[in-house]
Amino acid sequence: MIEVSHLQKTFRVARRDEGFQNAVKALFRREYQEIHALNDLSFSIGEGEMVGYIGPNGAGKSSTIKVLSGVLTPDSGRCVVDGRVPWKQRVKHVCQIGVVFGQRSQLWWDVPVADSFALLKDIYKIPDALYRKNVAELTELLDLSELLRTPTRQLSLGQRMRCEIAASLLHSPKILFLDEPTIGLDAVSKLAVRDFVKRLNRERKTTVLLTTHDMQDIEALASRVLLIGKGKILLDGTLDDIRRGGEQIDETIAHLYKKYDI
Amino acid sequence: MKKYLSFFRLRFVMNLQYRVAALAGIVCQFFWGAMAILAFHAFYETDPASFPMDFQATASYIWMQQAFLGLLSVGGMDNSIFDAIHNGDVVYEVCRPVDLYAMWFSNTSATRVARALLRCVPPLIVAAFLPKPFGLMAPPSLTALLLFFVSLCLALLVTVSFCMIVYILTFYTISYRGVRLVAVALSDFMMGGVVPLPFFPEGFRQFAELLPFSCMENVPLRVYSGDLSGPPMARALLLQVFWVFALVLLGKVLEQKVLKRVIVQGG
Repeated sequence: MIEVSHLQKTFRVARRDEGFQNAVKALFRREYQEIHALNDLSFSIGEGEMVGYIGPNGAGKSSTIKVLSGVLTPDSGRCVVDGRVPWKQRVKHVCQIGVVFGQRSQLWWDVPVADSFALLKDIYKIPDALYRKNVAELTELLDLSELLRTPTRQLSLGQRMRCEIAASLLHSPKILFLDEPTIGLDAVSKLAVRDFVKRLNRERKTTVLLTTHDMQDIEALASRVLLIGKGKILLDGTLDDIRRGGEQIDETIAHLYKKYDI
Repeated sequence: MKKYLSFFRLRFVMNLQYRVAALAGIVCQFFWGAMAILAFHAFYETDPASFPMDFQATASYIWMQQAFLGLLSVGGMDNSIFDAIHNGDVVYEVCRPVDLYAMWFSNTSATRVARALLRCVPPLIVAAFLPKPFGLMAPPSLTALLLFFVSLCLALLVTVSFCMIVYILTFYTISYRGVRLVAVALSDFMMGGVVPLPFFPEGFRQFAELLPFSCMENVPLRVYSGDLSGPPMARALLLQVFWVFALVLLGKVLEQKVLKRVIVQGG
């Protein structure tokens, strides 16, 4: 389903020390640093798999998701998702995928959530019957009935996240990329989202790639874990492979990050 | 196509809710128009012979300009697009099956049409009842009125496609302030926003009349007052059509280029 090999992406980042003097200096001479967000990244994911994508901050998780969803064009390397190269066939590609960026909003800020959904229906050309079925199902599972008539700007973070996740699933995507989808959710919503993603995977065979810092998400959802550090895949296995008897999952992961020096 | 109409509809409805902004705009535009006309009147009194436009036509030009400011001013660019590029929210727009250009085009047009509909009627009514020659005059003929509407639509397309280029350029600069400032200042002057184009010195005026800016408010407002008619008007309308195509083409090319090197701010 997803084939990634030798992907390379470098960003140029302007750096300077703090303070007024350095700001003035930077007016004339700017220092740039090359950041290798993706450095010879390779992995593959099969249809219907649920994969947890973990790594420390700045490891390249979100960059990977952005390449896979056709937003970023990598410098070099190959990437085929469901038979398509995301950045070359962007529009065709994105019809088949759903993306949630946990820290951003895709709902239109000043109108009720239901209006955003209706617009997404037109954007993805979702047939009426499917749209009604999906909205009903999502409303029930994510407990949205109270929220649909509220303007997005007046929702709490957790409420909004539930609507965001629903918005990404209205068109029944075959592949789902979740970039920290449980940010700001309360315990009940978290469990609801996890159950929901699990069910989606079971019933619709949706392929899911999930990045998160919440290891319980990974425990609950991912049968397979990819560890990325400094733009490379360092480990590809199950959670059981990396677990060391009796330890909390967070400690295990912290240990892992230390071991790989990332 | 349907999705772009939906964008238009949603944005249109959204903009109809800003009632206080509309009221403030109306008051401001009314006073601005009155001041501008008084200033032109002072010049006119000094030497009517060297006035390049009929005074009544000048007054009409200014009232129409104020009434349709929301529709045609380059300054009314859509800040939500700049913000989306600046803070990286544009990522969601790129990962939807939409043509970025068409989506922004319909959003911007909707905002402008909604704004103009909310704001244009009161100043036009008041101006129509002002004493001659300070008020808004009726167009010289029904044909002029119809051609005015045609030209107004073309002017909207030219303005929006110019703004699109500015939006796309901010992908390169990240911050939109500089680009926006230059674009607004330049176009406001060159389109006859400060003084109508007939007031420009010979030579420079002919040059300015060829630029896309002259195809914004200059053409429709002068068609309305009858200042532009006959073959020169036909030429101006054709030039408008030309600039719509040229600017859209340029914008599309830039968009394709920029999407290849897009980076997303804010992780």
